Amino acid sequence: MSPWRIARLVAAKDLRIERRSHIITNQVLPFAALVMVLFAFALDNDDALTRVAPGLVWMATLFSLVVLVQRTFAVEAADNALDALVVAGVRPEGIFHGKAMALAAQLAVLEAVLLAAAMVLYRVELRGEGIALLAVTFVVATLGLAFVGTLYGGLAAGAKGRETLLPLLMLPVVAPVLIGATRATEAALGTNDATPSEGWPWIGLLALFAVLFGAGGTYAFGSLLDD
Amino acid sequence: MTPGPTSTTFTRWLGAAVLVGMVWLVVFGLVISPDDRVQGEGVRIMYVHVPSAWLAYLAFIVTGIASACYLIPRTRSLTWDRIAGASAEIGVLFMGITLVTGSMWGHLSWNTYWTWDSRLTTTAFLFITYIGYLAVRGLGGSLQQRAKRSAVIALIAVLEVPLVHFSVTLWRPLHQDESVAKGELENLMLFSLFVGIIAFTLLYVWLLLHRQRVMSMEDAVAERGLDAAIAERRSEVAR
Repeated sequence: MSPWRIARLVAAKDLRIERRSHIITNQVLPFAALVMVLFAFALDNDDALTRVAPGLVWMATLFSLVVLVQRTFAVEAADNALDALVVAGVRPEGIFHGKAMALAAQLAVLEAVLLAAAMVLYRVELRGEGIALLAVTFVVATLGLAFVGTLYGGLAAGAKGRETLLPLLMLPVVAPVLIGATRATEAALGTNDATPSEGWPWIGLLALFAVLFGAGGTYAFGSLLDD
Repeated sequence: MTPGPTSTTFTRWLGAAVLVGMVWLVVFGLVISPDDRVQGEGVRIMYVHVPSAWLAYLAFIVTGIASACYLIPRTRSLTWDRIAGASAEIGVLFMGITLVTGSMWGHLSWNTYWTWDSRLTTTAFLFITYIGYLAVRGLGGSLQQRAKRSAVIALIAVLEVPLVHFSVTLWRPLHQDESVAKGELENLMLFSLFVGIIAFTLLYVWLLLHRQRVMSMEDAVAERGLDAAIAERRSEVAR
């Protein structure tokens, strides 16, 4: 079986589990929306909220990412499913890509919801000239986050006694994504008089991050699974 | 390794050299080197702050190299893992000292304990990242599992070290630019700074040797504990 086919099967399995359990839609999305509402309580200033909205959207994404990664690996904990896959001789690269793709799909839905919430709660307005930049930002950042989440999730999530380690390990690593995605989103939305042309260099950073962790994760995921 | 003192003739001589180096540094740093034209006496924090920072980088790079040596099958040995762990602990210590002394110096020269300029921000991230590395080492499991997990994390984390150093050239800086590399320090201050770096490097080696030996004894005790428990269970069954 080619790693690509394995990846598709693993991704389909994860998404099927989500479709049947509705954990993401019933628990994680409300959590993300709640975070957005709490930001509004904390900042309590409409102008400030609209100005910092890009940052808040990506912060809420990162917090939800931690929960999503926990969930992604929690579904494997029952019956030691990951060990069974490894023992069966399934190539770890395939498992890595499959879980990363499923995580990316879930993240994409989450980010769309968060963007909609920002438009409603923080009065963010989309500009025509920034749409392309915004779309590319979301795609590339999502890929990077999915790769990092799957890699660190393999290490720190799911198993008992390790859940608290995941945010500590993962959040510093995804800081470049937070910075790059926020700056690019600001450029796309025109916050603080930024223009879309200022945002494209940040896409370079996000792309580099995604490539680095895609490659690194493919290489290292197997050794982390061999627990 | 048999339990006992971790010192050898070499480390005793090294320790003496460290003490001499520190006295040398105090004399040069506090007495002989001149005041700064702008900052006055406050610049003397540099003789602790800068060596601490460079030693933290060195320690984290050693952790990265040792982790790579562990992962390569031909050179795999738990000693590399212990060197990596000991070096990271010392690196975190030195990085903490850097942040605290830097904060004090910032209050003197910029009138603020903290600012989000690129060097401070990336340094704080480096600090937190290696605290995460130490947490991974504490996850439990067999020594080989610990070694493999932390080696992977260390190789990712070491990429942040050049990021921190070059952050002042890449982004908007408040922090001092790379003064030493650009030859902007006056002779006596530069000399005192190098005295500091040598003294701190000797200290780092001394700490690393001792900590690595203590770790190997801890690992031996852990393995012996497991063997003893197995033997006990076996003797229970035999009865």
